[in-house]
Amino acid sequence: MSTVAVIDYGMGNLHSIAKALQHADPSVIVTVTADRETILQADRVVFPGVGAIRDCMAALQRLRLDAVIREAAAEKPLLGICLGMQALLDSSEENGGTPCLGLIPGRVVRFAESTGNASYSQQELKVPHMGWNRVHPLHAHPVWDGLGRDRWFYFVHSYYAQPTDPRCIAATTDYPEPFASAVAKGNMIAVQFHPEKSQADGLRLLANFLRWQPEP
Amino acid sequence: MLAKRIIPCLDVDNGRVVKGVRFVDIRDAGDPVEIARRYDQEGADELTFLDITASHENRDTMVHVVEQVAGEVFIPLTVGGGIRKLDDIRRMLNAGADKVSINTAAVFEPEFVKAAAERFGSQCIVVAIDAKCVGTDPLRWEIFTHGGRKPTGLDAIEWAQRMVDYGAGEILLTSMDRDGTRIGFDLAVTRAISEAVPVPIIASGGVGNLQHLADGVLEGKADAVLAASIFHFAEYTVREAKEFMAARGIEVRL
Repeated sequence: MSTVAVIDYGMGNLHSIAKALQHADPSVIVTVTADRETILQADRVVFPGVGAIRDCMAALQRLRLDAVIREAAAEKPLLGICLGMQALLDSSEENGGTPCLGLIPGRVVRFAESTGNASYSQQELKVPHMGWNRVHPLHAHPVWDGLGRDRWFYFVHSYYAQPTDPRCIAATTDYPEPFASAVAKGNMIAVQFHPEKSQADGLRLLANFLRWQPEP
Repeated sequence: MLAKRIIPCLDVDNGRVVKGVRFVDIRDAGDPVEIARRYDQEGADELTFLDITASHENRDTMVHVVEQVAGEVFIPLTVGGGIRKLDDIRRMLNAGADKVSINTAAVFEPEFVKAAAERFGSQCIVVAIDAKCVGTDPLRWEIFTHGGRKPTGLDAIEWAQRMVDYGAGEILLTSMDRDGTRIGFDLAVTRAISEAVPVPIIASGGVGNLQHLADGVLEGKADAVLAASIFHFAEYTVREAKEFMAARGIEVRL
């Protein structure tokens, strides 16, 4: 029986993610936990997060989960979601500059509120980027199995990742310029959108993650 | 590009959807879970539940409704009605809601919005504004409470800006002049507020046909449109609404 640990560090409601994982694969054992051993023993790890990055990093450090995430990411499939994706980068400009986990080289920056870009309906860019937008995978990855080139996923965020190495960009989304809506490196796949709120395609992505066996 | 959203709204009284729902193949027209599932299948982008329960004791019922829906429907859920304390928000989010909509409490205690955004994040705080036209030259709208009966003296545009400053992540704008009329959104107030604040605007109040939904986006500059009766009475499905909007050049998730 396969197990997945959803890391609970007090940042947001994790029931939706746990329920969606269970719905995506009823045979998997889903545990929402902050326990180091449970996380390290699970077959897969989901690292979610909602809120501000400084609070996120402080909570991880207080619970000593930062080291656990590093260890888990080296050993088994790890899915970062939203703030859980941003936290994988080196740093974020949110909260006046916040050091993050440094597992994927690069930084996290804010959307420019008004672009003055006439191509964007001559409207100001609304921040947060909230709602459904298309995700364009850049290269094959098992999590995209059965999902086409431009499926819709649900986003809520004001900051986005800028990986230093373009090979780490797993998918892009236009708002209005393309930004990295998914990043991947080794055992890690991380998405800026919320698969647990993205209806059938979101559940498909979660099911794909629960089946994914990274090559050693 | 970001899609414009269509949000069916369900009025819930003591755990049951009211104002009737006439889906032909639905067993129980009052069951929120069954109706939510149906809207989800039709392609609704989000769902809003408005708790119109009068008595405080029955509010617990809403928590159970949200729990049940969140276990089966994997799209964003917003709950409004009776959100007055931080603990009300915590309970709804823990039950599986993604956002809460704050209305009357924001008017009587604006600092509540600030506290809520600081505690839970702006992404889950929707401020609901009930606006009524109080002057035509120049056009002016005021915030009303008690279902549009009590004026507050607050200018609607200034109020929307203040709520965003306080941390509202979205504004749900209802025209009290149009609510229930089925003659279309008040496009002028929708556009005025959409252009005045940087966060998404959900237009509400007055939808009677699909052209009204398209007008809300194209002329009202709304980021999302909310409607109750046209979907409840199965005059149109959510999918038909989206196809109509797509045919008019509006980006929707189909």
